[in-house]
Amino acid sequence: MTSAIALNGVRKDFGTFTALSNVSFDIKDNEFFTLLGPSGCGKTTLLRLIAGFEDTTAGTIHLYGEEIENLPPNKRPVNTVFQNYALFPHMNVAENIGFALKMLGWTKTDITLRVAEMVEMVQLGQFVHRKPSQLSGGQQQRVALARAMAPKPKVLLLDEPLSALDLKLRQEMRTELKRLQRETGITFIFVTHDQEEALSMSDRIAVMSSGAVQQIGSPNQIYENPANRFVADFIGETNLIASRVDTADGMNVVCSLADGEVLTALANSPLGPGTTGVVSIRPESLTVTKTAPKGESLRGTLGDAVYLGTDTQYTVQLAKELTLKVRMQNQFIASQALAKGDPVFVSIADGAARFLVD
Amino acid sequence: MAAGTGSGRTVSATFSPVRGWLLLPSWLVIGIFLLVPVLLMLVYSFLTKEFRGGVIWEFSLAAYDQFVFDRGLFGDDPPKIEWAYITIFVRSILQALGATVLCLLIGFPTAYFIATRPANTRAIWLFLVTIPYWVNLLIRTVSMKFLIRDNGPLNEALLAIGVIDAPLQLINTNFAVQLGLFYSYLPFMVLPIYASVERYNFALSEAASDLYAPKWTILRSILLPVVKPGIIAGCILVFVPSLGAFLAPDLLGGAKTFMIGSLIEEQFKGNAGNWPFGAAASMILLSMVLVVLLFYARAQSREQT
Amino acid sequence: MNRRFDIKHYQGFLAITCLCLFILYAPLIIVMIYSFNDSASITNWGGFSLRWYADVFTGPESEKFKLAAWNSLSIAVMAATVATTVATAAAIGMIRGGQFRGKSASFALISLPIMVPEIVTAVATLIFFSTIGFKLGTLSILVAHIVFCIPFAYLPISARLQGIEASYEEAAQDLYADRWRTFRYVLMPIMWPGILSGFLLAFIISLDDFIITNFIKGAGIETLPTAIFGSVKQGIKPNIMALSTLLLLFSIALVTLSYFIGKRGQEPYPTD
Repeated sequence: MTSAIALNGVRKDFGTFTALSNVSFDIKDNEFFTLLGPSGCGKTTLLRLIAGFEDTTAGTIHLYGEEIENLPPNKRPVNTVFQNYALFPHMNVAENIGFALKMLGWTKTDITLRVAEMVEMVQLGQFVHRKPSQLSGGQQQRVALARAMAPKPKVLLLDEPLSALDLKLRQEMRTELKRLQRETGITFIFVTHDQEEALSMSDRIAVMSSGAVQQIGSPNQIYENPANRFVADFIGETNLIASRVDTADGMNVVCSLADGEVLTALANSPLGPGTTGVVSIRPESLTVTKTAPKGESLRGTLGDAVYLGTDTQYTVQLAKELTLKVRMQNQFIASQALAKGDPVFVSIADGAARFLVD
Repeated sequence: MAAGTGSGRTVSATFSPVRGWLLLPSWLVIGIFLLVPVLLMLVYSFLTKEFRGGVIWEFSLAAYDQFVFDRGLFGDDPPKIEWAYITIFVRSILQALGATVLCLLIGFPTAYFIATRPANTRAIWLFLVTIPYWVNLLIRTVSMKFLIRDNGPLNEALLAIGVIDAPLQLINTNFAVQLGLFYSYLPFMVLPIYASVERYNFALSEAASDLYAPKWTILRSILLPVVKPGIIAGCILVFVPSLGAFLAPDLLGGAKTFMIGSLIEEQFKGNAGNWPFGAAASMILLSMVLVVLLFYARAQSREQT
Repeated sequence: MNRRFDIKHYQGFLAITCLCLFILYAPLIIVMIYSFNDSASITNWGGFSLRWYADVFTGPESEKFKLAAWNSLSIAVMAATVATTVATAAAIGMIRGGQFRGKSASFALISLPIMVPEIVTAVATLIFFSTIGFKLGTLSILVAHIVFCIPFAYLPISARLQGIEASYEEAAQDLYADRWRTFRYVLMPIMWPGILSGFLLAFIISLDDFIITNFIKGAGIETLPTAIFGSVKQGIKPNIMALSTLLLLFSIALVTLSYFIGKRGQEPYPTD
């Protein structure tokens, strides 16, 4: 099946500033695809290039096989849900939703039918005659969604649509959006800086930073097997320990840390001895014990403990500048009577350590 | 610098492909009917005058010469300085300066006062100050004339109270013209200063007071420097129109208070006119105004670097 | 708050403000009062009367004034309409046209009529019309008025447009509207208070103009300001005061209208 969106060598400069450099990847049909990254990484720029609000400096964009990067936005069968909704303030809900259909020349009857369908889909039946200023944030958001979906776009672009909503509403909308995507089968391209959102909603995520794509994969892949230091650090929490490869056996490496201690880790590709990098271990993959555990472990001194309800997060001081964050569920801690200053052992869950090249 | 679509961008390129067409009408209208005429006027100032108004298309510096020198009607007498026109120009500058100072003295406290009112009354005060501007300048000047003339209400009132014994000769004096200019352009001084003071952060004054500064020192050393751009804008907005004013000197003044505006107007009336001279006088006035504006623009850009 | 501890309070500023307002309104109010003066002399109060208002509409000079008023109003409407259209197009070009060479030159050109002293504009325009042999009359006045009305219309329109986020237009284009329909269905409905304000401003400016009109009107035509001026030159007569009062009230009514339209335009609409 042809990709919904195929980006090839896409580059965007604003004067001397490069917002996107050489972006190339495909987005599949019927996919919930997320562009994730910190502000300034280029994710919104990329979305606007696909929508047509900016011109590419270089590269091509294909929509189901057709080149679109030279088409103006009103000629691309792609619609956008704007971050601030951009609902036309002088039109009511029904007129907003029907706007594109009017522009496309649909008959009055068809427009009325489709608008009713969309209103039903987002459950705003009683608000049809209200103006945007008379709606709550969540309701405005749903109108924006309905408006963008009414003309049956091939791809729907969503620019941080949930960022203005409060937490509870945001969580509800996440489920809603996921459901809508499944039901309609339209490819969604979703932009966010919130990794929890990305992880919970996406089929695949593209993690971006400084105008380049760092990694593309499923939420699980991104979390468990980060491709580089940035991704490991940006997604969830992790410990990053500087180290060097001693010996390697395919993707399994044995590496030594600054203080001499030794670890086994998994790399993303075959490496040679002497390669420098960081070992990434998520805090929940570490366990603190007072007595030496079976298998390899690191020795250190227990520092502060932060109680978080279900977990407690410990800081363990290994060597001079090396501290680890360890997260353990409280049900497993009670038995141990750990106190600040105690000498402790830190063990790593099997296969949890990742070696990332610098 | 990916500008998000929710970031509130209001200057954008949504209509850029057609901007040429959009700007064309204004370029044509102002270009043809103002820019070209001004250039033509420049040309005219270097032509020879025709006796019944209009010009002979012959190059001559007579118009500019006439300002400064009195060449005499005959012979090769050495040129004597003609003071009449120079006096008029100097008087105009002084009048404009006087009007500016007057507007500043009254306008600054007014603007400050209005800007420090609570938000709901502020709009009303502002509205009250601006309404007179919207009345036709001619009518305003006429009403001022009506008020201060020899047997006008002002003199009658002063006589009645007994402050004076005989009516004050207010009309046809420099003072009357000053008053007229002040009256015409006062709102132009108030509005920019108001805008500046309104944006002023009074926490600065509070900080100064906390550090033992007395009130008037605060005004002088803290508020005024911050509000300076508004004050300068106001001064320019009063000075420039006052320089070339016609109505106030014409209706309120007399032969002794002749200003540039009246001088120029005279050149184009009927048969006594001297078109190149009038054009030259206009050019000189325009140059003075442009110099002032240029200084202002440069001061602005230096402020911003 | 106790005055002495109000950091914003300065002694005497209230008094000066009141003085300022007094100076601004006194001449106008005096004229208004005397317009009701029953006596034919303008110096003595003869009792309240509306005779001068009647005189304006039916007296010996009424024909002249009516014609002048008609000229003023019709020229003002036409000039304001053309100026507003040109200014709207220019505002969209400047504010939604992206960056381009000549942008500051365009802005300078649009502001030019305000920068040039009125008398200079008057002289230059007279010289221009005279050189090309353009007959002086209603049309010459109209053309000159259009020129200086453009920047006055431009100011409120551009101010309004600058307060409107570009995302509405982007949304419209995203939803398949071409540029004209984006303007017609989205931009103009949101902009209209600014456009109307610009129209009213241009209208008032044209109605009130004296200096330029006086210079280039030629011998046969009078507008209301030039007619009043001509009459005043012969001495201030009571019917002039009545006429002035009428004109004064008319201007104030228009300004108040413009103000309320401007306020309505600031009604909050969703910007987030």
